[in-house]
Amino acid sequence: MSLDLTNLSVSTATGPLFAPLSLHVPPGQVATVMGPSGVGKSTLLDAVGGHLAHGFRLQGAVTLNGRDVTNLPAEARRIGLMFQDALMFPHLSVGDNLAFGLPFQLKGRVARHDAVQQALEQAGLSGLYTRDPATLSGGQRARAVLMRTLLAEPLAVLLDEPFAKLNAGLKDEIRAFTFDHIRRRGIPALLVTHDIEDAEAAGGSVVGLQSLI
Amino acid sequence: MRVAVAGVVALGLVAPIALGLWQTLLAAFGILPALGQSTLSLDPWRRLVSLPGFGTSLGLTLVTGLGATLVSLALAVGFCASVHGRLRPGYAARLLTPFLAVPHAAMAVGLAFVMAPSGWIARLLAPFQGWTQPPDLATVHDGRGVALMIGLMVKEVPFLLLVILSAQSQIPVARQMAAGRALGYGRGLVWIKIIMPQIWPLIRLPVWVVLTYALSTVDMAIILGPSNPPTLAVAVMRWFANPDPTLILPASAGALLQAILVALSIAAFWAGEHALRPIGLWWIRRGGRGLSAGPGLWLASAMALLLMAGGAFAILSLAFWSLTWRWSFPRLWPERWSWQAWTDPFGLWSAALANTLILATLTTALSLILAIGWLEGEDRGRPTLANLRPVWAEALIYLPLLVPQIGFLYGLNVAFLHPGMTGGIASVVWVQSLFVFPYVMITLSDPWRAVDQRLIATAAALGAGPWRRLARVKLPVLLRPLLTAAAVGCAVSVAQYLPTLFIGAGRVATLTTEAVALSSGADRRVTGVYATLQAALPLAFYTLAFVIPAFVHRNRSDLAGAGT
Repeated sequence: MSLDLTNLSVSTATGPLFAPLSLHVPPGQVATVMGPSGVGKSTLLDAVGGHLAHGFRLQGAVTLNGRDVTNLPAEARRIGLMFQDALMFPHLSVGDNLAFGLPFQLKGRVARHDAVQQALEQAGLSGLYTRDPATLSGGQRARAVLMRTLLAEPLAVLLDEPFAKLNAGLKDEIRAFTFDHIRRRGIPALLVTHDIEDAEAAGGSVVGLQSLI
Repeated sequence: MRVAVAGVVALGLVAPIALGLWQTLLAAFGILPALGQSTLSLDPWRRLVSLPGFGTSLGLTLVTGLGATLVSLALAVGFCASVHGRLRPGYAARLLTPFLAVPHAAMAVGLAFVMAPSGWIARLLAPFQGWTQPPDLATVHDGRGVALMIGLMVKEVPFLLLVILSAQSQIPVARQMAAGRALGYGRGLVWIKIIMPQIWPLIRLPVWVVLTYALSTVDMAIILGPSNPPTLAVAVMRWFANPDPTLILPASAGALLQAILVALSIAAFWAGEHALRPIGLWWIRRGGRGLSAGPGLWLASAMALLLMAGGAFAILSLAFWSLTWRWSFPRLWPERWSWQAWTDPFGLWSAALANTLILATLTTALSLILAIGWLEGEDRGRPTLANLRPVWAEALIYLPLLVPQIGFLYGLNVAFLHPGMTGGIASVVWVQSLFVFPYVMITLSDPWRAVDQRLIATAAALGAGPWRRLARVKLPVLLRPLLTAAAVGCAVSVAQYLPTLFIGAGRVATLTTEAVALSSGADRRVTGVYATLQAALPLAFYTLAFVIPAFVHRNRSDLAGAGT
């Protein structure tokens, strides 16, 4: 499994946001894109994941395991996405949030419930199936969101400054937990951040995004 | 999908209004094939002008419509300027909701009970005035339309307050207030000189809706307004209903005049806005700190509160009268209570209640589906279409609220008569939806567009396609605004008088049509029953819209506490 960006750039009506970017992310590696705020790091992730808002135009190609996904809708790309707020669906319990990520092909109420329970245990969240996500701590939310992302069996993962809002002690723990899971599953991941420690911990290639505006 | 919804809305919303106005226009210039009239002439206008009471009706309409709107606006602005910051938006919304929920007709019946010579106000004053009989004063149906203006204001002040409060949430009021006060300006003046000019563009359309309604209301004017001659809209309705069919031609001219009147008044408001700009700038540049403006603002707030107290007593008096057996004049309290008004004609009011509920359910469901389709289509739409959205869509949505009902409903009725479409529930549902859909859309669109787009992106990244995102994420997250929009829709449907009467051909009896019909002189206790039900129904819908999400989301603190 690998994620490849070929001459990827995004432009608005006023022109391209950043210089075209080419990047090869091998399986199990976390590549880091760095740049000052406002340069379009999140927009780059939107482009890779298929979440670009109307008014943005995409040039170049996104290739996943040799398959061009540039023109596929987000839900067909199988690219996971994690934000800095560790966003959970506010109307679903913690367990149902995770279940939302389970592939449709996994049939049977019991089998699906067990898969979620197992993931919760792996994340040290056992017993929290029915909890309101709003009552979780920052670290618990971050782990739950990673589990939800992984349950969907993504072919690649996008991380949008996922550790920025965590306090110092927690940051190292969650970072290790996240990268460890990604490496073990051999998923290519793309991280955007302006924290150099994130890039060092990720251990993959690091590229800078150059603003054109 | 967006194109399909736009097509349904254009055909369903714009076409009937255009068709109705066109038929009215033809009849106003002498063309009505059903009556064998097919020559273009100005006769209908000549006859309209010579009809007894025409001039007075015209004057009354302008005075009551423009007067009620301007005074309501002044009171609402004064109220906001003086209580700003002391009223939390969520709390204010809950306080104002009952006034918005109660239909105009029910409020008018209640106010008529309170203001009548034998009403609560006179009973309160009786000991001081030494009255043992109801005083011989025309306090309701007075020739100058004061009662009608009060009635309109009781309904419109809370509406404008809510509109201003929700517009306020889009502006950093607290910081601007601090900046203004640090420069030595009084609270109220900062609000009027700094905040209000920013709010006006956001409330302009709702103010126009109020203006349109005040100029062309029929139900409220029947219950509270002068009876002979009445306001133009009521006069036109009577001419349409007159046994002499040739009166339909001048009546159509009157209906068209009503539409022109509304258009000119809106134009006058628009012109007034532009004229006021240099005056306002001059006033701001003068730099008065307005520390002496306090009393005026407090007076406005006091009057706004007085109106709302009147409204509260009006609602209360509906229930009181429906349960009264004997209530002689100077007493503040009924002497004997009875359920008889409720139990006696049970069969009658239950049929009207059933009709009302059926219409409310069907129109609201239809409007809600259309609104969801519209907004979801917007989310999925192509950029070129999405760019068109704000101006056109908003104009389209507000259109039915900015054209006086009497101006196109009769014409629409004529157009419907051909294929034999009047008198059925289905056509009433459709015509009510013309007015329900805009309110549902207005209520739902802001919360819909405010949904965190990252939630939707997350769901897509987890493999959820557009339908699953809609059903499993958007709609559940929007449960509260969806139910609020449904409650608003039901309340609007319950309140519809003229559309139900005209397109239902008088055969679809609802609580509102019955309450208005009974208000002219029938037994107060029976009228009280219908008006109480009419007021209680929307209140019940709003209560459900509050209780259901609170229950469903009882363990979801991010959703349970989310305002209105």
